[in-house]
Amino acid sequence: MAEPTAAPTARERVPFMQRLLDNPFLLLFLGVTSPAVLYLLWGVMELSQIPIAR
Amino acid sequence: MATSAAQAGMIGALAARFRSCPVTGLQIDLAAERLIKANAIAAVVFLAIGGVFGLLVALTRWPAVHLLSSDMFYLVLTAHGLDVLLLWIIFFEIAVLYFASAILLNSRLAAPRLGWVAFALMLIGGLLTNVAVLQGDSSVMFTSYVPMQASPNFYLGLILFAVGALIGCCIFLGTLVIAKDEQTYEGSIPLVTFGALTACIIAFFTLASGAVILIPTWLWSLGYISHIDTVMYKLVWWGMGHSSQQINVSAHVAIWYLIAAVTVGAKPLSEKVSRGAFLMYILFLQLASAHHMLVEPGLSSEWKVFNTSYAMYLAVLGSMIHGMTVPGAIEAAQRKNGYVNGAFEWLRKAPWNNPAFAGMFLSLVLFGFLGGISGVVLGTEQINIMMHNTLYVPGHFHATVVTGTTLAFMAVTYLVLPLIFQREVAFPKLARIQPYLFAIGAGGISLFMMGAGTLGVSRRHWDITFSDATLAFDYPAAAFLMLGLNGLFAILATVGGALYVIIAVWTILFGRRVTAENALAALGPMPPRLQVHTAVAEYGSAGTWHLPGTYILISVFFVSFVLYYFVNWKYLSELWPMG
Amino acid sequence: MAIQPPETRIWWNEPVARGELVWIVIAFLWGVIMFFMMIWWHLEGRQNLSTEVYRIAPDVFVSRTEAFTETYQVGEEGESGVPLVRPPPGSDVYLLGRLWEWWPVLELERGQTYRLHLSSADWQHGLSLQPVNINVQVHPGIEHVLTITPTTSGVFGIVCNEFCGAGHHQMTGRIRVVDAAAGG
Repeated sequence: MAEPTAAPTARERVPFMQRLLDNPFLLLFLGVTSPAVLYLLWGVMELSQIPIAR
Repeated sequence: MATSAAQAGMIGALAARFRSCPVTGLQIDLAAERLIKANAIAAVVFLAIGGVFGLLVALTRWPAVHLLSSDMFYLVLTAHGLDVLLLWIIFFEIAVLYFASAILLNSRLAAPRLGWVAFALMLIGGLLTNVAVLQGDSSVMFTSYVPMQASPNFYLGLILFAVGALIGCCIFLGTLVIAKDEQTYEGSIPLVTFGALTACIIAFFTLASGAVILIPTWLWSLGYISHIDTVMYKLVWWGMGHSSQQINVSAHVAIWYLIAAVTVGAKPLSEKVSRGAFLMYILFLQLASAHHMLVEPGLSSEWKVFNTSYAMYLAVLGSMIHGMTVPGAIEAAQRKNGYVNGAFEWLRKAPWNNPAFAGMFLSLVLFGFLGGISGVVLGTEQINIMMHNTLYVPGHFHATVVTGTTLAFMAVTYLVLPLIFQREVAFPKLARIQPYLFAIGAGGISLFMMGAGTLGVSRRHWDITFSDATLAFDYPAAAFLMLGLNGLFAILATVGGALYVIIAVWTILFGRRVTAENALAALGPMPPRLQVHTAVAEYGSAGTWHLPGTYILISVFFVSFVLYYFVNWKYLSELWPMG
Repeated sequence: MAIQPPETRIWWNEPVARGELVWIVIAFLWGVIMFFMMIWWHLEGRQNLSTEVYRIAPDVFVSRTEAFTETYQVGEEGESGVPLVRPPPGSDVYLLGRLWEWWPVLELERGQTYRLHLSSADWQHGLSLQPVNINVQVHPGIEHVLTITPTTSGVFGIVCNEFCGAGHHQMTGRIRVVDAAAGG
């Protein structure tokens, strides 16, 4: 972070969204979780619930 | 740089050796540079091999030529998919990741030795899978849908390749951490690096999905597992197969920004908007793996509608934003460069004779108009019923992966050669026409395959005359014309692709060395401008905002998009009712 | 420039110009329209893929298709030797994909709604009904029941559009649609 060096503006708080976008590991977590839950997990749940033919 | 790092007392940093880039003044880690070279060279080799396979496919599809036997056709088609869709692209992307981290952040690369392990794994994996395919018992197509079985080495090769690529992604993240710790840059990472980070994040999901499905499939091919569910396989496999193409999208959008910055001095109109658009990619782009599951049994319409639309088209929103901000940034920069007349002087007087710029802009336009629009239409749940597994699908993804990604990668090569390989691009006159040849060829391939697909022609099909079939069937005559034209344009694309490979290889082997004096000139023709560093002071403020050319371009795009979208609903409404 | 860090430390608070905002809003609204278009088609449109799906052992599906064929067979399709089957209008009909044929040939009545049971005996296949251009993926072990109403009469080809090995390009089938009077 540039915070210790940028003295005059350092007091201004970095907005939440910018902190999010500056945090690669948080983004990695979101980017893997989103498709893992919405696409994979939801999909696997539906496929495992296919009924057996009469 | 080496000094401040040494003060930090980092052993790795002490070991790192740097040279100073004569153009940008950046410190370039020599270990990173060697890895970038190795990965880029491997990429180009696989492009050459896969490109030849592609030509053979197109010549077989051309009814009047019908070059290969059916067995050879399916073998070559499998190899074509593997070599260009996976090996060329991912090797190049790893090079892009190292470039966007170590070089752009002015930093040393994390764990360069591990980088060589990753490279070796990818290379061995790629070769293993290629050998398995060429041996003839693994003609299962790139998708290798179970219960069709390839030889175990086919899957093992892919697994090794994926592990190698995953290590490459970890090195990228590690380099971000090091650069931040050692304060090699101030503030946030550059936008291009952020785009590369997006690609890297998508790569994690991609490669993890690949591992989850390919490891059991490998064990199944060895006989340790008795059964793999066919729909489940497809669901997880496409988590890899489609997401890997989303890595491409993120990487080539990052490259658009990069080339625009270097060749015309373009600056993002708004960091917030461009990064926000990449965030939409990170969160939602990968859901589009569902595009391949729209006519599968067993998944609900809710799942299909939500996933195929990237959660209400939020990732399409991201692409549409980039589609505006990239030309917008170019227009703004060109106006600063002095081209202020009319709506389009900035575009007319852009450096069209610089292959990097020309390739980038063609990639932008073709990806948007051909690949983007067709992708959204193809991925509409119900419309997919009349397009699934027709030639429309390869038509679409040749527009995205070939005219989009491959062309962008070719374009950036013309900057990488002088900057990283430190060689002047050989045969500059040929290099000048190369992007145009390739764009016209690949654009034609996409367009005519989409045309044939609209007429119902199946993809991955050796004989569309059905000469050996018990129950004969005829596709419309126009489809044969389309496939003939597809063959012609494939030849054109091959000439363009071959030129690229020859220019790149010749430059690396025999190119004139770049020195401090000719370094800037080696990047190709550029508009005369206030220097790179001083180009623009305050984009993002409303005062600099007057971009009529970009507005016209995106209006044309939007109107085409809307019309084509609804035309397809009209076609759909004429199908037999079903429910 | 895009290859350098942003010039201001806090770039998130920079204003976004109007033109860019307008485009974002248009693009977002267009996404919403496209999203609801799919939902609207489920409610009002007539071309939606059925989600009636069962797991079934491939050999069970094969024997059901054979029984169905035996019951309603009216002859053979030309000289191909493939049975021609004319099920009662509006009934359950079976179509089997296997290496390398679609079996049997169905004769349906125009305007009638059928429940089409679809599955594979072995590998994955792609049902591609031409020239109507309806394409559905077919899996072994899964029975997919489509409700389908042929609205045009004539002879329709079925192509396999999922690669299924050496004979993939020979895998065809046929559906005949006849008018009610002729079909009687």
